[in-house]
Parts: sequence; C-alpha cells; structure tokens
Amino acid sequence: MKPSSKNPNWNILGLLPAHLIMLLTLIIPIGIIIVVSFSTRGPYGGFEYAFTTAPYKQLLFNDGWTGELEFNPQYLIVVARTLLLSAVTTSICLLLSFPVAYFIALQRPAIKVLLIYLVTLPFWVSMIVRVYSWIIILGKDGVIEKTLRGLGLVDQMDSLLFGNTAMLLGLVYSYIPLMILPIFASIEKLDPALIEASHDLYGNRFTTLRRVILPLTRPGMIAGAILVFVPSLGAVLEPTLLGGGKTMMMGNLIQLQFGGARNWPLGAAIAIVLMAAVMVFLIFQGLRSMRSEGLERAA
Amino acid sequence: MSPDNDVRRYPGFGLFSVVFFAYLYLPIAVVVFYSFNANRIVSNWGGFSLHWYATALSNANLMTAVKTSLLVAAIATVASTLVALMAALVLVRGRNVRFRRISEAVVNLPLLLPEIVVAVAVLILFSEVGLANGMVKLMIAHTTFCIPFAFLPIRARLQGMDLDLEEAARDLYATGWVAFRRVTLPLILPGVFAGAMLAFVISMDDFITSNLLNSGGATTLPVYIFSLIKQGVSPQLNAISTLIMVVSVVLATMAFLLQRRQ
Repeated sequence: MKPSSKNPNWNILGLLPAHLIMLLTLIIPIGIIIVVSFSTRGPYGGFEYAFTTAPYKQLLFNDGWTGELEFNPQYLIVVARTLLLSAVTTSICLLLSFPVAYFIALQRPAIKVLLIYLVTLPFWVSMIVRVYSWIIILGKDGVIEKTLRGLGLVDQMDSLLFGNTAMLLGLVYSYIPLMILPIFASIEKLDPALIEASHDLYGNRFTTLRRVILPLTRPGMIAGAILVFVPSLGAVLEPTLLGGGKTMMMGNLIQLQFGGARNWPLGAAIAIVLMAAVMVFLIFQGLRSMRSEGLERAA
Repeated sequence: MSPDNDVRRYPGFGLFSVVFFAYLYLPIAVVVFYSFNANRIVSNWGGFSLHWYATALSNANLMTAVKTSLLVAAIATVASTLVALMAALVLVRGRNVRFRRISEAVVNLPLLLPEIVVAVAVLILFSEVGLANGMVKLMIAHTTFCIPFAFLPIRARLQGMDLDLEEAARDLYATGWVAFRRVTLPLILPGVFAGAMLAFVISMDDFITSNLLNSGGATTLPVYIFSLIKQGVSPQLNAISTLIMVVSVVLATMAFLLQRRQ
C-alpha cells in the first residue's frame, strides 16, 4: 500500500524537476564547454564552431616571431600555483583544525554547541566581506603595517597584499570552517574507551594520538580535505582581491578570459583542465576510502 | 578524574583554540571598528561617527543591488527548496528507485564542480539560447546551484524520521497525500526550513556566477561590493560590510536556535 508501488510514476515525477534542471543548466552546458574549448575564437569575442586544438596549444605555447611555436610557461605556472596553493591551504587547514576540533569535542555539551556556533558564524558572513577584511589588515597602511611601525619594528615595508602569502591567508580563512566541522564530527564519534585502553597499555599521549586517534578520525579529515581542496582550486575572490593581477589562479584566469579578455575558447580549455584536476582528486580520494573500507571489512 | 590527568586531554590545545578564535574574529572586528571612523581614510582614526552608515543607507545603487539580490534569492530559494524536497522524498522514501546513487550524484552535481565551472556553463548556455534578461538568468543559475544546499538538510531530516508514524497514518486510512501533508511534512519542516535558509544565504552570498552573468541591469549585492572594493577601501564600504554582517549573524543565530529546539 505504499504510494510508490501503487503509483510507480511517483519516483520519476519527483526526480524529474531536479534532473531536468541539472541536465539543461549543467550537463549539456558542460558538453558545450568541451566543444567551445576546441573552437575558434570569434572576431568580437565569443566563439565560432570551427574545430581546432589551438586553445589547448595556447596553454603551453606562444606563436613566436617567425610563426613557430615557442614554449610559454605562463599558463602552466598558473595551473601549478593553483594546485600548490590549494594543497598548502588544505594542509594548513588540517593542521590548524585538528587541535581546535579536538578541544571543542571535549567540552561540556552547552559549551560545545556554543563553540561550534562560533566556528560556523563567520561562514554565514558574506564571503566577499570576509576577503575584503583582509585588505584592511594586509594592505598598505593597513593594520599589520601600522602595528609593526608603531612598535618600531619596521619603518617601511612592502605591501603584504598582492602575493602568494596574502592569497594563502585568504584561502585558509575562507575555507577553514569546512575542515573543522567534519573533523569535529569524527572526533565526537570516537569511543573514549579506546583512548583509555591505549593509556592502560602504556601508550603515552603522543603514541595514542598517532596510533589511535588520528587513524580513527581519518574519514573526517578526508571529508574536510575534499571540502577545502575543491573550492580552493576554483577560488576567484581570493586571487582577484588579495593576489593582485600578476599572481593569478585558475579561477580568476578563467573569469578573465570570459570577461575582459573575451577569449572564450581559451577560458573553456582552462575550465576543462580545472574540472579534470578536481575529478582526478575526487576519484583518487574515492578509491582510497573504498580501499580502507575494504581493509576494515577484511580485518 | 581531574582534568590534568585526564588521559583524553592534550595540553596546549586549549590555548591553541583561543588563538584560533582570535584569528577567526580579528578581520570581522577590524571591519566593524573602522566602520565607525569619522575619517575618510580608513586606517586613520578620526573619532567615532555614524556618518558612513547614513551614507550607505542613502546610496541608491546599493539599495538597488540589495533589491536585486533579495528578489533573486527569494525566487531561487522557493524553486530550489521545492525541487529538492521532491527529489529527497523519492531518494529517501521511494521504493524500487533505480540508479539511486547516480540520481543523488546528479542532484548534488553543483557541489562536485568548482563554482567557476558552473558559472561558465550557465554563461555559455544563456549565450547559446540567446536569453538576455539579466534577472531571469540569475534566477535560473542561482536555482541550479542552490538545489544541493536545500537538498542535504531535507534528506538528513527525512533519514532521521521514524517511518512508523507515516505508516500509522496510512493504517488509519489516510490517503498518501493526507499522510504527507498532516504527518510527514510537519515532521520534516525544520529540515525544509534549514534547507531553504541555506539556499537563501548561498544565493545572497554568490559572487562568482553573478559577476560572470552581470548584464542587463542585474547587479547583485556582492557584485556591487566588488565594484566598490575595486575603487579602494573606504569607511562606507566598512559600514555596508558591517550591516551585512549584522543581518548574517541574526540569520545564523535564528537557524542555530531553531536547530537547538528540536
């Protein structure tokens, strides 16, 4: 007497709107992105359907003075910088989040709830406002520079803005709540008896942390790593506002190609490379978690 | 057991956490502090003033951007929550649902892709279709990427709900629709509300997609703030930011209290 067995069309009807929207606004358009990445740049921006691999070649080469291809690493550097900054952001978030998540998990329930609220609160505050606030802190005549000058530590300093460090600070700040929450959830699930057992077996705190707590909270760390790494790869605001024009990441390079530079095929090619990087990472993490699940089941 | 020799505790984690929370709130405090600066130059303190709040509130462009954002977010919230609710009911409750995992991945697709890729996809779509109306473009795009944010809390609530209640209603001869409206919906309403709120915040906060689609007089609040930042830091910008933070904190606190009551 279930609605779905009496009326089997319910399943399809319920899923239809969601699937239709995703098909029309994402799946088909991603197909078009792939086509555009193999198309010719239009004379007034946009693109024309004429097959070419030029946009991908442009990622690696420049047309030299005499028409031969010259290797040009400028876009490759952006790709490498994006991968590196995202990896470093994820690692820093992991290192900072674990002690905080662990500390919160040990508090009394009322305090625990309050601290988790305080962790998530900045996340509700507009991203652009949070990134902007770092301009006031890092910028010329900003809070850090004034403080250092006031203490007599420096007289003149280069702006801290517009560099990899500023971008990294912004990225960590933007995404760290996404790392704390899953780690906190997995620490909460941890059975305290296991920690006590480790101590009873003469494991000191460090050994217990390394051999018991960290392995058992790995699923939370992997979830957090995905939640931080994927948006970092596609970040636009942090590189645009804190990185300046010269230190770009893939996200704002794509935006530049679709906006000011109006080179859609090149932008589409970079978007495909970005999507491929995300997919490789997700598949790699999926395989790893499947393998560890398999090991647990076998044990 | 005293806290000092509690084997679960690690010395230094507490202090580390205090420093961490200071780092988390320092930028917010700086923006709020300088929004009350009477001086035109942000980092030169010139006394307390509410002048920049008055300037912000009488800024017509800002108010237009707020209206655009609210309208787009309202439409995107209603549409994405309805679509997500329907999908969640089928994916959690439906019997004999084929390709359940793939279906769920499709509903969550915007979460698996970097937002800039989603933004480029809809930009190319609208240029191919030839849609020029900026507001309609924004509403469609925002609905798409809000769906997973509305879906996840609803799914969580449905999964946590006891099936017996619904079956009891059916045993008492309630039709499927009546059982849904009188039993299931009220029980999952907090999840639906949480999903809608999340969708609303995500839409209001979106910069990447809105900026790429920015045309036809549809400038959202984050896109307008971005244009102000490009002109340089100013106390007015700090006042606008502070106002946005106040609204965000009120919304977050409401969501927090609602969740605690359950």
